Amino acid sequence: MALLRLAGRRLALAVPGLLGVIVVTFLLNRALPGDPAAFFAGPAATRQAIEEIRARLGLDKSVPEQFVYYVRDLARGDLGTSLTTGQPVLRDLATRLPASLELTLAGLALAVTVALPLGVLSATRPGSWVDHLARVVTTAGVSLPIFFTGLLLVYVFYFLLGWAPAPLGRLDAFSTAPRQVTGFFVVDAVLAHDGALAWAALRQLALPAVTLGLFAMAPIARMTRASMLGVLGSEFIRTARAAGLAPRTVLVTYALRNALLPVITLLGMVFSFLLGANVLVEKVFAWPGVGSYALEALIASDYAPVQGFVLLMATLYVFLNLTIDIVYGLVDPRVRIEA
Amino acid sequence: MSALLRHGRYVLGENPVTAVAFGLFVVLILLALVGPSLAPHDPLASDTARKLEPPSARYWFGTDQVGRDILSRVLVATRLDLAISLSAVTLSFVVGSGLGASAGFFGGWTDRIVTRVTDTIMAFPLFVLAMAIVAALGNTLANIVYATAIINLPFYARMARAEVNVRREAGFVEAARLSGNGSARILTVHVFPNCLPPMMVQASLNLGWAILNAAGLSFIGLGVRPPTPEWGIMVAEGAAFIVSGEWWIALFPGLALMLAVFCFNLLGDGLRDLIDPRRRT
Amino acid sequence: MSAVPLMSVEDLSVEFRTRHGVVRALERVGFSIARGETVGIVGESGSGKSVTAFTVLGLLPPAGRVTSGRAVFGGLDLLTASAGQLLEYRGRELSMIFQSPRTALNPIRPVGKQIADVLERHANLPRARRRDRVLELLARVQIPDPERRYHAYPFELSGGMCQRVMIALAVACSPALLIADEPTTGLDVTTQAGILDLLGDLSRTAGMATIMITHDLAVVAERCDRIVVMHAGHVVEQAPARTLFARPRHPYTARLLASTPRAGAKLADLTPIPGAVPDLRGETTPCRYRTRCERAAAVCDRPPLPREVVAPGHVVACARPL
Repeated sequence: MALLRLAGRRLALAVPGLLGVIVVTFLLNRALPGDPAAFFAGPAATRQAIEEIRARLGLDKSVPEQFVYYVRDLARGDLGTSLTTGQPVLRDLATRLPASLELTLAGLALAVTVALPLGVLSATRPGSWVDHLARVVTTAGVSLPIFFTGLLLVYVFYFLLGWAPAPLGRLDAFSTAPRQVTGFFVVDAVLAHDGALAWAALRQLALPAVTLGLFAMAPIARMTRASMLGVLGSEFIRTARAAGLAPRTVLVTYALRNALLPVITLLGMVFSFLLGANVLVEKVFAWPGVGSYALEALIASDYAPVQGFVLLMATLYVFLNLTIDIVYGLVDPRVRIEA
Repeated sequence: MSALLRHGRYVLGENPVTAVAFGLFVVLILLALVGPSLAPHDPLASDTARKLEPPSARYWFGTDQVGRDILSRVLVATRLDLAISLSAVTLSFVVGSGLGASAGFFGGWTDRIVTRVTDTIMAFPLFVLAMAIVAALGNTLANIVYATAIINLPFYARMARAEVNVRREAGFVEAARLSGNGSARILTVHVFPNCLPPMMVQASLNLGWAILNAAGLSFIGLGVRPPTPEWGIMVAEGAAFIVSGEWWIALFPGLALMLAVFCFNLLGDGLRDLIDPRRRT
Repeated sequence: MSAVPLMSVEDLSVEFRTRHGVVRALERVGFSIARGETVGIVGESGSGKSVTAFTVLGLLPPAGRVTSGRAVFGGLDLLTASAGQLLEYRGRELSMIFQSPRTALNPIRPVGKQIADVLERHANLPRARRRDRVLELLARVQIPDPERRYHAYPFELSGGMCQRVMIALAVACSPALLIADEPTTGLDVTTQAGILDLLGDLSRTAGMATIMITHDLAVVAERCDRIVVMHAGHVVEQAPARTLFARPRHPYTARLLASTPRAGAKLADLTPIPGAVPDLRGETTPCRYRTRCERAAAVCDRPPLPREVVAPGHVVACARPL
């Protein structure tokens, strides 16, 4: 019950954020270089044709009016049409989003599964080799340009060792995509009981996911270590030890659950980085997600997809932060009950 | 001052890593200043007869797809990369801390507007926002700097706001107010300088991130245009050759980038220890 | 004192390695406590009271190291016991409560669950009975409406209430010895008395021995059988409470008594103790009170620090006792 109230309140708080996002994308839309009407009309258009297009696009209206039209179009799910693909932007994004999400979530999952134990281990054994390893990994993780990490991995695991497939998208040329259920190829292939296909999809996913994971691992491990060190030194841990609780209970039920709180908050920031890094990784691995879609459009000066992409990413991020707030409330009663 | 120096020597002595980072920082600055005159070849001169040569005694870092010397290009690029990130960080430091400090000091509407603006920026995944800004404002080097500055702005604004807020009611501020100082004077002379140390730490930690962002933007083809030597775009040019095994084109500019970021991150950590030993993690 | 004490600490020395050198936090500390007895350990902050308690429980921070001594509890030397043995003892045979009870409890776990955790670990109770036992314990420490408090989080309870929860947690398995480290610091005066009465009650009814650590002589005056006075890592005097208050023999104890407000005393009668707890880094003088002591003389510099039994159960570590 308290949790529902918390969710409602956070949802209300997310609304101004979303509004801000819409205003900013609208402003960016208006600030586009050149005259969109002239651009859409093409180089051979007459002045009259340009004016017609201007009127059709609503560009002859005042800025507030244009904003109203913009919001109305958004409400209808109309993000414009891509000049490159000739399709509505919304449909393009919808078909490509699962690829990006699969990659981002795989990267995040990988990062969390490695970074949490690494952070905990280095906090419980400060100065040990695990601690030093964690320090090297985290410093390298925040210093390595993500596109560079990707290229290094490709060179080592594709060119030198031949373990990984060519960095060319989600499936090799001989496979066909599984029937869409979740849009995540690995999951869909498993659901279709096609082990070989799942393996093929997993092989394609491995390197880009590891690239993202290495990048996201650093801040998570660092925060886990710092937070765990802080919690382990706190008084209630001393109480738990004085009461003779089993070391496992002290470490997991008492210390880790408390130490996770700042890590959960940090995940929002990490996700923001991941969504940006996704664009770079998709480019390196020719991954057919929304990032590479936006990039192709950007190079071709096709702005509607870029706008749609930015809006999509921002909306996704707002909802992700909402989820994080709710998860935080689940773990921390102080937030839940005071809501 | 001498106490700070002594403490600094102590930190460097205790912390050889910071000392190394500091040395590296000096080398980077020197390279940015004199890099072009150290370059053994013309960074722009192509020689298709010698394209894609692996590292050799003549070309230490090899040559790229049109036969340009990669070592020269990496050296020359130092100035541009540092200039982009330094100016972006300076810009967001000045504007962000100004906005944040006023918000924290005056409160009310100023505070609400600044908070709303920073929250809106933070509502975007930051790199995506930078992409969108460059796409909207135009694909120029200056806009890369602006975009990088804008996505860094919230960090400084929030920090300055918090730091000023803490000190707004401090005894020395009350004393200054009682002795007839105006608000603007109190803020600029009495409050803000006291907030500088933690802000400087933030700035140095931010430099690495700024370089990464700017290089990321040029990697996806924004801002810097070929044939200008810049680390991000050089890695992008080398990317196509990784799958055929010509590793040196992407590796050396990538390493340079990594080293610079690494150096700034370590330096930031060291600076934090120097200024606030308690916040060590 | 019975023939075989419940716990006897002998010759205990502990040092801490810090950035600024080795701190000899405890030097040859010794005292003992009998079954059911209440002993007060008194001293200024930094005198080593809490370090003694932590050492006995095996909870020293990593920088701390025991360099000599024994702490024999029921035939087992706690200082050389294996980690597993200590785990079995802590919470079941000897347990501890701390100051600032609100931060000493896990902030994100219901208090009832925290007590249940201890029962689950040490008491052989079926799951269904555990909850009832927690409710019993909460009632026993006089927490009103235990059913509802079971699910409360520390931040929802007052400081005094949290301390009662702490006590319930510590006595959950009826330990033979309870160490209370400044149990009333930070609580308001009426709550303080309530907590102290509760502790007295529990130890009387359960025959539980209690070590009461405090900087406040007034707290231990009426509630302790014996008092151990510590200063700068030394036990300077120990005696039955009545004797100590009537006739302190160590100059420090006398000063400590003179600086503690008592009923009927005037403010002018209160005298502060000059100086501060000395720096314990590196070599120290045999008597660590020497620099603050008005009776100091050349004989005080002659090692070792004397330990004179001036009366049965009354030991003074002073070359020139009062």
